[in-house]
Amino acid sequence: MNLTLKIWRQDGPNDAGALVTYPISDVSEDMSFLEMLDVLNEQLILDGKEPVAFDSDCREGICGMCSLMINGMAHGPEVTTTCQLHMRSFKDGDEITIEPWRAEAFPLVKDLIVDRSSFDRIIQAGGYISVNTGAAPEAHSVPVSKPAADRAFNTATCIGCGACVAACPNASAMLFMGAKVTHLGELPQGQPERDARVIKMINEHDAEGFGGCTNIGECAAACPKEIPLDVISQLNHDFRKAKHAH
Amino acid sequence: MATRTLPVKRTGKAGSTVFLKTLMAVTGIIFVLFVLAHMYGNLKLFFGEQSFNDYSEGLRTLGEPELPRHGLLTILEIILGVSVVLHIYSAIALWKRAQHARPVRYTVKKRVAASISSKWMRWGGVFLALFIVWHLLEFTLVRINVGSGGQVAGITQNPYELVVHSFQVWWLTVIYLVAMVALFMHLNHGIWSASQTLGWTSTPSARVKAKAIALVVALVVSIGFAICPFFVLVGVIS
Ligand code: HEM
Ligand code: SF4
Ligand code: FES
Repeated sequence: MNLTLKIWRQDGPNDAGALVTYPISDVSEDMSFLEMLDVLNEQLILDGKEPVAFDSDCREGICGMCSLMINGMAHGPEVTTTCQLHMRSFKDGDEITIEPWRAEAFPLVKDLIVDRSSFDRIIQAGGYISVNTGAAPEAHSVPVSKPAADRAFNTATCIGCGACVAACPNASAMLFMGAKVTHLGELPQGQPERDARVIKMINEHDAEGFGGCTNIGECAAACPKEIPLDVISQLNHDFRKAKHAH
Repeated sequence: MATRTLPVKRTGKAGSTVFLKTLMAVTGIIFVLFVLAHMYGNLKLFFGEQSFNDYSEGLRTLGEPELPRHGLLTILEIILGVSVVLHIYSAIALWKRAQHARPVRYTVKKRVAASISSKWMRWGGVFLALFIVWHLLEFTLVRINVGSGGQVAGITQNPYELVVHSFQVWWLTVIYLVAMVALFMHLNHGIWSASQTLGWTSTPSARVKAKAIALVVALVVSIGFAICPFFVLVGVIS
């Protein structure tokens, strides 16, 4: 199939950027979206032009590195990551606009690459449990009920891709934080730091410049791991109940 | 000696985005309780002049004899006034934050999950604020006289006449009906949003329930309010 790509090009954080149009032909519907961009880049290199910079790592939907706004939808029209999106989701003659995640807390590095280390700092602020390293304890020594284990597991599937922030009209990271707070809050090991965790994470979130949630629901609709909106309620609940911040 | 030049990060809960949201949710729920009571009172228009005016007088003597005349009403008015200030303050603070949080906009952005109600929260809220000012000037302070309402009766003498004469003017009724559409949308998203903010919807079934309750309450309140001016206009209440 033949497509028209409109891609955001920007040399560096402080340069002006613009959408640049690239026609591309003979795209196979079995290609992944990123493979299609690889083909475009090969062509650009052959033509002596600067290839389009974009992020990816695992290309199997588990690392959360790939991050593209495709025709106004984070990770494109399917519920999956950009690397797992295939060209069969598009048709011959389509025009595809590709933009980077847009958020104050995700500063642009180059073209389609943004810096998502604000997520790392939110996790460092409280999204962990403190345990002694060394021999792993016997897995069954602390019982966990089946529903709690299931919910913890489901919310632990967040890959930190940032699609929730990209899709949110307020650029809020509540779904990302809610996933972590719910994951650790369902488990016995998460209890000692539960109060402090939620307060520290939210304060870091605010300091990084993310917006406040208005419960619109764009985040959950964009999430490739289908993290549900109820984790945001869980986060708010834990925050309201939290007594001490350390 | 100062060793840090970075701004000190907040360590407590107050002032955070979630704190502001909680403020909005709590004051929002106070408004919901208020509009429910207010709507119930308005419906007494259907039971005639006596019934409506008795209700109006009853509000002023609420809490007597323990409290002076107008006592409890004044307390309620203060609570509502403070709530309005806090609600608008947090709405504006979060609105500003959201603008800073996305300095560069998308060229193409699709909204796939947002409801019409949720898209109108901010401008709809501004419209409701203007409407409330107009409404108070008209019926509480009686500074604006539409129709012959104000001349026929000051609010203290005959609220029934005031209401009926005012809503015989068609454009006034239209303003009120539009305001009730705005109120419907604000409550439809607001009640669900407040439940989520207060952490009451941490399971999928609780979410479905909260959304259903929000829709029902929004419908009851907006229709309950709207039928009074509407029936005055068409002459059922006169
Ligand atoms: C006075 C002017 C008003 C303004 C400027 C305003 C603005 C807002 C805004 C911006 C929100 C947040 C929306 C969101 O989270 O998506 C909100 C929430 C809400 N509003 Fe208002 N509003 C006003 C009046 C009212 C009135 C009169 C009522 C009730 C009858 C009301 C009830 C609510 C409720 C229940 C919420 C939900 C709180 C939450 O989101 O957690 N508001 N309002
Ligand atoms: S919650 Fe979903 S969209 Fe947000 S970072 Fe995690 S996986 Fe990505
Ligand atoms: S590249 Fe790892 S999730 Fe897409």
